[in-house]
Amino acid sequence: MNLFLEIKENLIISYKAITANKLRSFLATLGIVIGITSVTLMQTAIEGINRAFEKSISAVGADVLYVQKFEWFGKEDWSFYRNRKDITLTQYDYLERNIQTAASVCPSVGTTKTLKYQDLVLENVFVLGTTNEYQITFGANMEEGRFFTQKESDGGYPVCVIGMDIRNAFFENTNPIGKTIKIGTYSFRVIGVVEKQGSLLGLVSLDNRVIVPIDRFFSLFGTKRSLSINIKAGDINNLDETKEEVISIMRKARKVPFGDRDDFGVNQQEAFKATYESLTSLIKIIGSLITSLSLIVGSVGIANIMFVSVKERTKEIGIRKAIGAKKRTILLQFLIESVSICLLGGLIGIMISFPISLLIDKFVLPTAMPLWVIMLGLVVSVIFGVLAGFFPAYNAAKMDPVDSLRYE
Amino acid sequence: MEKNLIDLRNITKVYVMGTEELFALKGVDLQINKNDYLAIMGPSGSGKSTLMNIIGCLDTPSSGEYHLNGKNVSEMDDDELAEIRNLEIGFVFQTFNLLARSDALHNVELPLIYKGLPKSERIEKAEEALYNVGLEDRMTHKPNELSGGQRQRVAIARALVNDPSIILADEPTGNLDSKTGNEIMELLEELNKKGNTIIIVTHEEEIALHANRVVKIRDGSIESDVLSEKGKAAMQRKEIEI
Ligand SMILES: Nc1ncnc2c1ncn2[C@@H]1O[C@H](COP(=O)(O)OP(=O)(O)OP(=O)(O)O)[C@@H](O)[C@H]1O
Ligand SMILES: [Mg+2]
Repeated sequence: MNLFLEIKENLIISYKAITANKLRSFLATLGIVIGITSVTLMQTAIEGINRAFEKSISAVGADVLYVQKFEWFGKEDWSFYRNRKDITLTQYDYLERNIQTAASVCPSVGTTKTLKYQDLVLENVFVLGTTNEYQITFGANMEEGRFFTQKESDGGYPVCVIGMDIRNAFFENTNPIGKTIKIGTYSFRVIGVVEKQGSLLGLVSLDNRVIVPIDRFFSLFGTKRSLSINIKAGDINNLDETKEEVISIMRKARKVPFGDRDDFGVNQQEAFKATYESLTSLIKIIGSLITSLSLIVGSVGIANIMFVSVKERTKEIGIRKAIGAKKRTILLQFLIESVSICLLGGLIGIMISFPISLLIDKFVLPTAMPLWVIMLGLVVSVIFGVLAGFFPAYNAAKMDPVDSLRYE
Repeated sequence: MEKNLIDLRNITKVYVMGTEELFALKGVDLQINKNDYLAIMGPSGSGKSTLMNIIGCLDTPSSGEYHLNGKNVSEMDDDELAEIRNLEIGFVFQTFNLLARSDALHNVELPLIYKGLPKSERIEKAEEALYNVGLEDRMTHKPNELSGGQRQRVAIARALVNDPSIILADEPTGNLDSKTGNEIMELLEELNKKGNTIIIVTHEEEIALHANRVVKIRDGSIESDVLSEKGKAAMQRKEIEI
């Protein structure tokens, strides 16, 4: 008889068998319910942590390359990188003029200063010097006002763009545009406010900063600083190509002899991801293993019930065989019963874990159970159903018809 | 000789119990023709059921050869035997052996499911079979909602639904009172008239009277194999016809 018909008939049989022993079936599914609940919640939590991480590094920009003396998460000693030649504006100019595959390039340099507005004071504010290209490179959106223009940038005008933290501290009830603030001892006119950025890795606030034209920065705060050259790739899919180009131009700009290793780093968001992966993968594996353990315990329970069920229905198996059921038919009958029980447990488990994930989303960690986790839960239920049911079903299939008919 | 529907040659069945060997059948030779009506008799423990199970392909002999419809059954594997049981043989048991959770209709439908027929055809045939045993108004009853005689009729309907060539009944009236028992026997007799080959196991002489031929077994061997009065009469009729 064909497989489809066989499965359909067996589904009806297992429905009858399960409903004939409601309490027992319910108790049998309990282990799988707990297992699937914990596995899906664990995966949702991992997903949530991943998303939170991605969000926290989104400011770094997935399509932005950072040419710096330092390599992010580099293996060498800190002094090794510090002793490299500084990255200068001349090198930036050279790169900017020659690069083909970039959407935009901007230099940046930073320091911390004290900010003052009237009698309000903010200590340790990050001051960033850059060009008007910064806005394109990092896709910075303005909350109020505007970013500085190329003219203001090239001319080193005393204008600044402030972050939301500063805006909230200095200009709670007033319009900041056109006001004059002091960075260190120097006066700057506020021309814009960048919209809220959040923080990097939850550590460094990106809103507690003030952005000024780089020429102004150098002339006021000193030139003996190494730059970061920030390159936004023309196409994120060709990031590697852009990286190759950046390396070859920078080697020329810095006159690195042929055969020597690069004396600069080309950093990208990937570095954060790789480090994050290596730090968290073990935790994830262990977490998944522990939650799977509850599934294994659950399926042992199912296997146990299935053995009992097969034993109890020895006579039924004998009858079915006497009137023509083949081994495969009987095997399938009990496999499908066990898969049905597990799948039922899986569905109940998901019905429990889904609302819990919504609660977690609301109160703990921004996450929602992704569809693939639900699918995973169901697939895993089926797999464990097959595993738990196989030996009992095999026992049933190979029973001798005469013996089983005689069984009381 | 190949004409025989059932052809058993030197069949033995040995049960090994620990160190002891128990011979349930000790070299049985038996040929049964199409449309025969055979009764197997003998004391308890003589091997009647064992023989019946071998004829019905439920069990396999320890040695000997068994040809059913010209096919060598003794060389078949479990699934091939299952197919033979499904298509060629209808069983009727002393204890009915119906599925307790299923209604009469589903019990009768079951062999057709294993045969792989589509639902509509199955229902049609199962309803017809139940109608033929006079249970058209009990189709949705579960076995525990039926009397013993009704249960046995469901079992007979199940045995017949696939149109098998052989009906095997192992003490079909053993659990019934004599009146219901007689009804069942009449039903079997009708089937025999319609062309079915019937083999029944019984230890009641009156029941055996329904058969054309009576085989007596003792201690795992055939003790006698004779035509009954009815069988002789039928024989004579046949000879006259020829
Ligand atoms: N599975 C088995 N293991 C061991 N011995 C068995 C087994 N089945 C049957 N026997 C033995 O084989 C012999 C024949 O048994 P069988 O069931 O064929 O008898 P029977 O003629 O049908 O008896 P009854 O009229 O009581 O039904 C008996 O002695 C029985 O004990
Ligand atoms: Mg018997």
